[in-house]
Amino acid sequence: MALSSRERRLASLRRLPPTLLIGGALTAIWVAFAIFAPFLTDYDPIKVDVIQALKPPGPDHWLGSDAIGRDIFARIVYGARYDLAMAFFGVVGPIILGTAIGLAGGYFGGRIDSILMRILEVTVSFPYFVLVIAIVAVIGPGLKGYFISLTLVNWVSYTRLVRSQVLVLRSADFVLAARGMGFGHLRIMLFHILPNAIIPSVVFVMTDAVLAIVLGSSLGFLGLGVQPPTPEWGAMIAEGQTYLTSAWWIAIFPGIAVCSLALGLSLVADGLARLLNTGP
Amino acid sequence: MSTTKESPDLVRVEDLAMDFATEYGTVSALRGVSFSLKAGEVLGIVGESGSGKTVACRAILRLIADNAKVKAGRILFEGEDVLAMDEAALGQMRGEKVAMIFQNPSTHLDPIMAVGRQVAEGMVMHQGATWRDARKRAVSLLEDMQIKDAPRRATAYPHELSGGMRQRVMIAAALACRPQLLIADEPTTALDVTVQAQILELLRRIRRERNLSIILVSHDLGVVAEMCDRVVVMKDGAVVEVGPVEQILNRPVAEYTRRLVASQPSLLPPARPIEKATGAASYLEVKDLEVNFYPGESLLSWAMRKPPQIVRAVDKISIGLRKGGSLGIVGESGSGKSTIARAIVGLVEPERGSIGIAGESLSAGLGHRQPQQLRKLQMVFQDPFMSLNPAFTVARTLAEPLREQSICVESEIPRRIQELMGKVELPLTLLGRKTTQLSGGQRQRVGIARALAMEPEILIADEVTSALDVTIQAQILGLFERLRRELSLTLILISHDLAVVRYLCEDVAVMRHGRLVEYGATDAVLGAPQEEYTRQLIAAIPQLSRHLQAEKVVPFRVECRSI
Amino acid sequence: MNRFSFALRRPIQLIPVLLGISVITFILLQLTPGDPVRLMLGPKASQEAIDFVRARYGLDQPVLLQYFYYILNALRGDFGQSIAFRAPVGDVIVERIAPTTFLILYGLLISISLTLVLAVAAARNRGSWLDHIIRFICVAGVGVPSYFIGLLLIMGLCLRLKLFPVSGYGPTIVNNLWHLFLPALTIGIAVTPILTRNLRATFVQQMDADYATACRSKGLTERYIFARHVFWNSLLPTVNLLGVVVAFLIGGTVVIENVFNIPGLGNLLIRAVLTRDYFVVQAVAFILAVGVVISNFVVDLLTALLDPRVKL
Repeated sequence: MALSSRERRLASLRRLPPTLLIGGALTAIWVAFAIFAPFLTDYDPIKVDVIQALKPPGPDHWLGSDAIGRDIFARIVYGARYDLAMAFFGVVGPIILGTAIGLAGGYFGGRIDSILMRILEVTVSFPYFVLVIAIVAVIGPGLKGYFISLTLVNWVSYTRLVRSQVLVLRSADFVLAARGMGFGHLRIMLFHILPNAIIPSVVFVMTDAVLAIVLGSSLGFLGLGVQPPTPEWGAMIAEGQTYLTSAWWIAIFPGIAVCSLALGLSLVADGLARLLNTGP
Repeated sequence: MSTTKESPDLVRVEDLAMDFATEYGTVSALRGVSFSLKAGEVLGIVGESGSGKTVACRAILRLIADNAKVKAGRILFEGEDVLAMDEAALGQMRGEKVAMIFQNPSTHLDPIMAVGRQVAEGMVMHQGATWRDARKRAVSLLEDMQIKDAPRRATAYPHELSGGMRQRVMIAAALACRPQLLIADEPTTALDVTVQAQILELLRRIRRERNLSIILVSHDLGVVAEMCDRVVVMKDGAVVEVGPVEQILNRPVAEYTRRLVASQPSLLPPARPIEKATGAASYLEVKDLEVNFYPGESLLSWAMRKPPQIVRAVDKISIGLRKGGSLGIVGESGSGKSTIARAIVGLVEPERGSIGIAGESLSAGLGHRQPQQLRKLQMVFQDPFMSLNPAFTVARTLAEPLREQSICVESEIPRRIQELMGKVELPLTLLGRKTTQLSGGQRQRVGIARALAMEPEILIADEVTSALDVTIQAQILGLFERLRRELSLTLILISHDLAVVRYLCEDVAVMRHGRLVEYGATDAVLGAPQEEYTRQLIAAIPQLSRHLQAEKVVPFRVECRSI
Repeated sequence: MNRFSFALRRPIQLIPVLLGISVITFILLQLTPGDPVRLMLGPKASQEAIDFVRARYGLDQPVLLQYFYYILNALRGDFGQSIAFRAPVGDVIVERIAPTTFLILYGLLISISLTLVLAVAAARNRGSWLDHIIRFICVAGVGVPSYFIGLLLIMGLCLRLKLFPVSGYGPTIVNNLWHLFLPALTIGIAVTPILTRNLRATFVQQMDADYATACRSKGLTERYIFARHVFWNSLLPTVNLLGVVVAFLIGGTVVIENVFNIPGLGNLLIRAVLTRDYFVVQAVAFILAVGVVISNFVVDLLTALLDPRVKL
């Protein structure tokens, strides 16, 4: 059992879960696509070219073209920018708001916590997706509506995760010791409780990014997300719905794009969960 | 308790070696363990955590974890190799011939099945009894385990029973098919001392009545000495010494056994007052302290202005200590002993009463106390795994109070930290480690160093050794004794263990249900207890000394010194 | 006291949540840009007509009173007037509750069946290739959007093989078991990965629990231990998850009803959002939230049935 910390670190590096590596690679590829989109294709993802309409996959259009002649491959790599943004920034608002509320509510307890918990209870009474749509209806479709509504709805996930940890930690001996030494509440919350309460949220955040991508592309599919002609995968699938029999590639390739990015992220989530739950 | 020498061995463990596959490679759990048990014998296996005692005894039932691998050795039960049995033979042996009871009865019973059924299911599976018949027998078995009102209790679920009762249920379930051998893995560790004594008494009786062989696994030499004929001492996966109880206690051969015996708290010398300790009988004065808890208070009850439910955790308690004095507060779980400690430190706000140091009255809550007052009172906590911030290194743990409370100037912090590490006898190489990478004893030392960083005058120690192995406990207790002398600390020690209190404290307060049962000089209280409850507590402690030859060690109760 | 007596007390405890839901839906409408009444009546409406509707819904009153009128009208089933349908919102909604409810229950049934089969198979064969395959399916499945599953099913089973109708909702239950099979399968598949992962993890955890070890020491067979102890103990956390799953399924139906063109609440919701039919959006959100509250209530009842420790 007597292993030095250096040996431990080396051993744990070698034992990184394979899902983490594969998922990380897959995600990295999409990030690279999004960044280097202009170098990967000469086509303009928005420009209409009716002569080139409904071309099947071939040397000219690797993944075919859509009803108004736009190149599917170009639209997918440019679209990666929007879908990646939805995945990554979709979790930022909720995690900040949710962690702050969970930390403060769980630490101080009392009536403020009770009121926050009642608000949480009501929020989770709404079907997640329905409330998002209702808020989008008020704010208006687009990325702004998506980010705001996701923050207003999804903070509850992080509040629950963080708060349940905080409730245990706030009576942990090391927190009592910190209080006994006269440290301020802010110091105790930020340095003693938060670093130990955040771990389940870190595990969850990747899964949540998957859900965010599914949600964002669903909104796009329903016409409530990123507005055309902006290339967004969900919206592209919706455009292809009517051509399922005649031009299947319009809907299928963006669908594969969504699935592969989501797969990459959920493999990372799975690997991260294994790493953080079994590690020392 | 005699054994027939001629009878063949019931169990023979031969050269058993086992490995565990972990994240960081294989770890050998057992390295060539051998011992044997004759029919009708009670064998004790003693060892500290990590000694492999539980792995060894579970292996007899082939209860082997998925990541474990038997490398070598045999386990013979009635001459048949357990490790080579097929599933059917194994299933028959388990429960019918060998049964087991476990440390924590609340997790080892199915929480959503009535306890009667859990006792009965073995009879149905093994003996083909009908459920109705098995149920009847289960009830009478529960009665035999001295569970009152057994027919009704049989329909209860585990959470509706007390800890002692659950352990009785588990024993009943183990005995359901009349096994020859009972393996008891720390059967009383999770229980309060008075309940522990009852369960040991029950085990003794069923052993007598049923001619049962028992393997008793325990970290507690006292419990083993009470129950067993022979003892196996284990350390780091190997058998260190085997022999009759009297021999192990009086003439231990192995160095480790000697250390283990010497570390038993009941064999430690009693406390001596500090010479420097001076006069004023009321340096720390607690008067009429009352702490209430209000469980179930919610927004609804507040909105509806319901009168709150009150639990009185501490009920009008007054204690006083002179400077440099030491007081032990003893009681079982739920007696309110920890609550007093927390109220004195300010972590809990008392309802009524006053706390004063050197005539200066302290405010009730932490928030209202002056930094100077806070520093005087520091606490060391129970659970070594939760007493240090897992995200911090040792150095950061110690630097934080020095810096935040301006104990010293920034440039002096490294030197202070070195000093503190020296005081608690830790090597400086540990400073860069995360606190999670330390052993239990090391963590507890860091916890003490952190408290000392505040340069306190009064140190409150809440069950600081109860989670530690007995040899580590002896070291930590020795450290406390030394620090108390060198730094002239005033000490309050909260413990469930009278022996620990006797070693460190001149005065003792016995608590029950939030009240003081008895309070006075330790020797006086333990030597001539006035109250029935104190007598019970003393009687419940396994008496190692009775097995010891009188001239060698100071027995626990006979020798009482006056201060 | 009877631990089921809370079946009677619990609905009373639900009132605050229902009030909370009404507050949120009320606020949503308050925040909508523009004048909802003018939107409701159209650009050509006369000032008298607008004033009349305002008075009727209490919209000329202070906010708190408006809320009071909102509750009062909601209790009478009056959620205002739909712009797109030119009919009372209540009427528009009522006829769409049945298809959605049917779809959710059907999807729930499918996902529960799939989950039980997959999770038991994985947990009982822990570490085998079967377990690994099921694990991978679950990890990968979380990220497959339900509308894409729906499209693939339509492409394969409806357009190519012509086994199922592409869209619609039939008149009878039996007819709908066939009509709504694909949509229900789609939303069932969408939630199955999460449920399966959860249940498998719980199974494995419970198989390693102390009481299971104790059962083994009593010589009970693995099969018996799994069937009588592990299974029921594992069900508890998963049942608790069902409330969340129903909420998820409702979200799923919103999308899937649009893919398969089913005349349910989800379909209505999207149309309403796109046509800025705010009273309908508000009412549908309210009704669906009430649906979640009801399902949570059922989950509480189930939990109490399964777990003797629960006292509410």
